[in-house]
Amino acid sequence: MSKAPNLRRRSFLLGLAPAVAGTLGTIASSASGEPEDPGAKRSHLPVFFNSAEWSFLNASVDRLIPDDGNGPGGLDAGVAVFIDRQMEAPYGHGAYWYMQGPFYPDTPATLGYQLRYTPRDLYRLGIAAADRAFLAAKGLPFSKASAEDRDAFLSQLEAGTVQLDGPPAAIFFGQLLTNVREGYFADPMYGGNRDMAAWKAIGFPGARADFTDWLDQQGRAYPFGPVAIEGDRG
Amino acid sequence: MVVHLKPVDAVIIGYGWTGAIMAKTLTDEGLSVVALERGPARDTSPDFEYPRIVDELKHGIRGDLWQPLAKETVTVRHSLNDRAAPYRQYGSFVLGNGVGGAGVHWNGQQWRASPEDLRLRSHITERYGKNFIPDDMTIEDYPVTFEELEPHFDHFEKVCGVSGRAGNLRGQIRPGGNPFEGVRSDEFPNPPMPDIYSSQLFAKASIELGYKPFPMPAANSSRAYTNPYGVRMGPCNLCGFCERFGCYLYSKAAPQTTILPILAGRPNFEVRTDSQVTKILLDATGKRATGVSYIDRDGREVEQPADLVILAAFQMHNVRLLLLSGIGTPYNPRSGTGVVGKNYAYQMVSGVTAFFGKDVEMNPFIGAGAGGQQVIDEYNSDHFDHSNLGFIGGSLIFAGATGGRPIAQMALPPDAPRWGSGWKAAVDKHYRHTSTVSTMGSVMSYRDRYLDLDPTYKDSNGQSLLRLTFDWHDNEYRMAAFSAARVEEIVRAMKPERQSTHLWRPGDHYDVRVYQSTHTTGGAIIGTNPSNSVINRYSQSWDVSNLFVMGSSAFPQNIGYNPTGLLAGLAYFSAAKIRETYLKTPGPLVDA
Repeated sequence: MSKAPNLRRRSFLLGLAPAVAGTLGTIASSASGEPEDPGAKRSHLPVFFNSAEWSFLNASVDRLIPDDGNGPGGLDAGVAVFIDRQMEAPYGHGAYWYMQGPFYPDTPATLGYQLRYTPRDLYRLGIAAADRAFLAAKGLPFSKASAEDRDAFLSQLEAGTVQLDGPPAAIFFGQLLTNVREGYFADPMYGGNRDMAAWKAIGFPGARADFTDWLDQQGRAYPFGPVAIEGDRG
Repeated sequence: MVVHLKPVDAVIIGYGWTGAIMAKTLTDEGLSVVALERGPARDTSPDFEYPRIVDELKHGIRGDLWQPLAKETVTVRHSLNDRAAPYRQYGSFVLGNGVGGAGVHWNGQQWRASPEDLRLRSHITERYGKNFIPDDMTIEDYPVTFEELEPHFDHFEKVCGVSGRAGNLRGQIRPGGNPFEGVRSDEFPNPPMPDIYSSQLFAKASIELGYKPFPMPAANSSRAYTNPYGVRMGPCNLCGFCERFGCYLYSKAAPQTTILPILAGRPNFEVRTDSQVTKILLDATGKRATGVSYIDRDGREVEQPADLVILAAFQMHNVRLLLLSGIGTPYNPRSGTGVVGKNYAYQMVSGVTAFFGKDVEMNPFIGAGAGGQQVIDEYNSDHFDHSNLGFIGGSLIFAGATGGRPIAQMALPPDAPRWGSGWKAAVDKHYRHTSTVSTMGSVMSYRDRYLDLDPTYKDSNGQSLLRLTFDWHDNEYRMAAFSAARVEEIVRAMKPERQSTHLWRPGDHYDVRVYQSTHTTGGAIIGTNPSNSVINRYSQSWDVSNLFVMGSSAFPQNIGYNPTGLLAGLAYFSAAKIRETYLKTPGPLVDA
């Protein structure tokens, strides 16, 4: 077995519900003496997210980029870790956005984001509101729900068809999906795209940034794996 | 307490392309010159060094080289009766910041305008009659001709080491170049870059359809090159981190790689970074600038007296500073009077994405901002008969890739899932096998599209933000639909498995959330007299004769090309006149 079972075990140890963490059988097989991927042991104690938020985030990432055998899953790639670290960076505090009022949330969407919330606010208020909405509808926390139910709820958030007692659902979802994709494909030094697995899966050579040797070989598949900014090679 | 400094001969506001051009000219003439740059000092080393620069998240997404919107942005509304909303997050356009300005993180698509672009109203009237121009379309002629600017276009191409192939060399049409270009006096200084694969497919299909494709003129040097100032550039390696990034290879022309090295250390020149000009100061008559007021790195308010003021910031900032300084009459869209803020324009882009099978290896990450791309110019400017088309203007049509950075440059079919296993499958299927053919379309100027000061929102210094009142007009929807239809035909001939079109259609409003173009123009336009323009043919303010205003704020309407070549041509034309005439006998260079 490769690293996927180990990663599921790590998720379990971080307190994720079994529905997210996979089957107990898988965990048992991993715990019973297979060599573990050193990367899989890196656990992350969230800095920004509290435990309930962290469960929601992991349960979302697990569905937005599932571990389906076609490239790494978002959890294995460290996407949730990436988002947690971004929340502690200037970006999370809204330092890249013009945040002076007055705010008119009813402005036409084509004129862009007009809420007073920073990314940290969007996650804090959005996750709590989404968890409340899911609990009210299904009687259990989002993080303990089946994959099918989580997919259905994420689709509702995306379409804005569920009313949140917080930021508009589609805006919260848009923030989440944007950061999930960033974490999946950004350089690994930010905590996601662990081991450049997402780059390897799609064939992006990362920070190579030198194709002089390929100028006269256009149309042939580029054969070299990625490198990361800090020098790792894949 | 205000800090008063000793007078200098000239002060330059903004140290990007035009600031560098003017700094060279004025210091060559022995003037004492100070350049004030609102952003930080930046140079290839250490700021653009490999590998830290090739970081998509930091530069391509967060935009660490861009103007921090948290401190200052603009507001946008679609029409005169709407409330404007702040541009809180980057989308539609990207503002530069720091030494080099947006010239650091452009693509290097370096164009001249077409000759008819510079006399558009006259040209359209002569060819189609004056009724062809809608009543509310406020297009104008430039008060300077292509022939007058040509030596300056040529010089700037040599400064930037532009790679390309002449299409009209001293009147001779040459194969493999742009047959529609104005007469050029010389060949490009460097040969074209090799075409990347997607460009090869586009060029082949274009030739089959009877078009004449040619290499994109690229300020991405194709070989080791020394420019006329003795500054050396290196060959581009198609690294895929061009626009939005500084060039680590000294290949992309930026002020840093072409002009600034010879200015560093000149005893009569000083650059003060982190120094934001808040006002151009006038004497009691209001006819003469006495210098500028700025906030320095330590937050102090400083006055720098100067005999000559060069306003060389980005287009929007030029207009805003004129308005904040009370120079010229603000434009009034209801009466049509006044000039400052008039004729704001943009570009309308469209594109067709071609999705090939897995047997077609596009290597999308191999690309440069301009080098390796192919273009057709049949449907730009007035290169084609508009008689029965119902619109004015046109589009550049070009193919190639500036990179395949996976966060922002992941083109998937519109019906692909946005997340989940379906998204992963679409990424796997398309990432390495997709290319795009794009248009860069002109936008005309209109009576109700303009710039003024926002009544509500302020920057971090408490000064009013600039307000953009802008939306599309029917002329542009028609232009873009026509261009996109031609692109669809070409892409079909490239034989992808499927293709999808992105096009703004009638009823679609200007959408600030989507990156389109940083080619914003107008607001301090160039013209024949003070009633129709802010500056004369030498870019000199009609109102304040010791003030010159650079940049694309001069464009009376927008073109279907990247603006940098044209605005640099205007800057060199102005610089030559300042050197030859103004410095000997200061005063108005054109009688009002």
